[in-house]
Amino acid sequence: MNKYVERLYNGIIKENPTLVLMLGMCPTLAVSTRATNGIGMGLSTLAVLVLSNLVISLLRKVIPDQVRLPAYIVIVASLVTVTELLIEAYLPSVYEALGIYIPLIVVNCIILGRAEAYANKNTPLLSVFDGIGMGLGFTIALTLAGAVREILGSGTCFGMQILPKSVEPMGIFVQPPGAFLVIALFIIIMNAIGIKTRQRQLVESGCDGCCAGCTAKCETGKEAAK
Amino acid sequence: MNHNLLLIIVSGALINNVVLSQFLGICSFLGVSQQMKASASLGGAVIFVITIASAVANLLYTHVLAPLELDFMKTIVFILVIAALVQIVEMFLKKKSPAVYKSLGIFLPLITTNCAVLGVALTNVQNDYNFIESVLSGFGTALGFTLAIVLLAGIRSRINEKDLPAPLRGAPIVLISAALMSIAFMGFAGLSF
Repeated sequence: MNKYVERLYNGIIKENPTLVLMLGMCPTLAVSTRATNGIGMGLSTLAVLVLSNLVISLLRKVIPDQVRLPAYIVIVASLVTVTELLIEAYLPSVYEALGIYIPLIVVNCIILGRAEAYANKNTPLLSVFDGIGMGLGFTIALTLAGAVREILGSGTCFGMQILPKSVEPMGIFVQPPGAFLVIALFIIIMNAIGIKTRQRQLVESGCDGCCAGCTAKCETGKEAAK
Repeated sequence: MNHNLLLIIVSGALINNVVLSQFLGICSFLGVSQQMKASASLGGAVIFVITIASAVANLLYTHVLAPLELDFMKTIVFILVIAALVQIVEMFLKKKSPAVYKSLGIFLPLITTNCAVLGVALTNVQNDYNFIESVLSGFGTALGFTLAIVLLAGIRSRINEKDLPAPLRGAPIVLISAALMSIAFMGFAGLSF
């Protein structure tokens, strides 16, 4: 398989950031009330991820190793600010629906995670494809969660009526508890059909792996604990 | 006035619980809730950092960013301030109060990328809170986080003794417990002053 296609496959299926690596849970739980919100959030993150992977990959020989995390955070935060202003200007309805979760893309673990795990070791073009793959994987997972919650919770999907009007939708699924339930359901299904997720080891290690900063710092933390 | 301030704390801690209804700080909520002791320490560290971070973020925003009309820079500034602040707090505690450092130490770095800290700072700006309101809202939110994580740790220590069906083990049962807690916390929405 062509290595660029392999990157896409890896991001969407093999290492799907949300469903397999369990990264970026905050936005997944928070904005998946409707399928369209899932797409909006997914694509905003995709844009930031592709650009941050590109920039970090281009600068990978320039940024000194000791200060790489602060440098990445500044790059990501700038890109997020640009994206936020663009969304506010051109897609006000998306901006309204996603609210505070757009600036919070900065602390989305997927972005710093990919910078640390992939972009700082690979060529710009490969990193861009990695970003596209991971971003699409995230978008698909979010849209799926959004669609399930929307169908169960308000009887619609992408705003179209799916369930007959006579069926009373279960409002709990668009409320916060529904987010936990639907994601739990996804993981149960994946466990049942035998797809290995990384969650078990994550939950047990105590270091959530959520954040690239944490992976590095956890090591120092563990040393300090000894 | 006092009435209003009390409402900010209660609303941050219970009505709009940061973990169970806003979904911020989920990573550490799921990751560190294995043991009661660890989660209580993390909660202590979070209360400490969020309260200080909301105070500093508010001062910076009202006295530097807003007068210079640089408020679009708030995301970048806040995240850097939080990262620096955590480092400073860590160094300060290590030097001045080794006992506290020992109990919080490992958890402090984890907090930098805890989205709850940035989330609170941004929400405070969005709600136009003044200095006192920001600090109280930060404190209330962090209190809510601590409450949620300690409760979840309690539930998990009971779950660990149970024989669960294989697909439910690990994250799913934790998420389901969180869903039930979230339903319980929705009851607080009826609290009105």
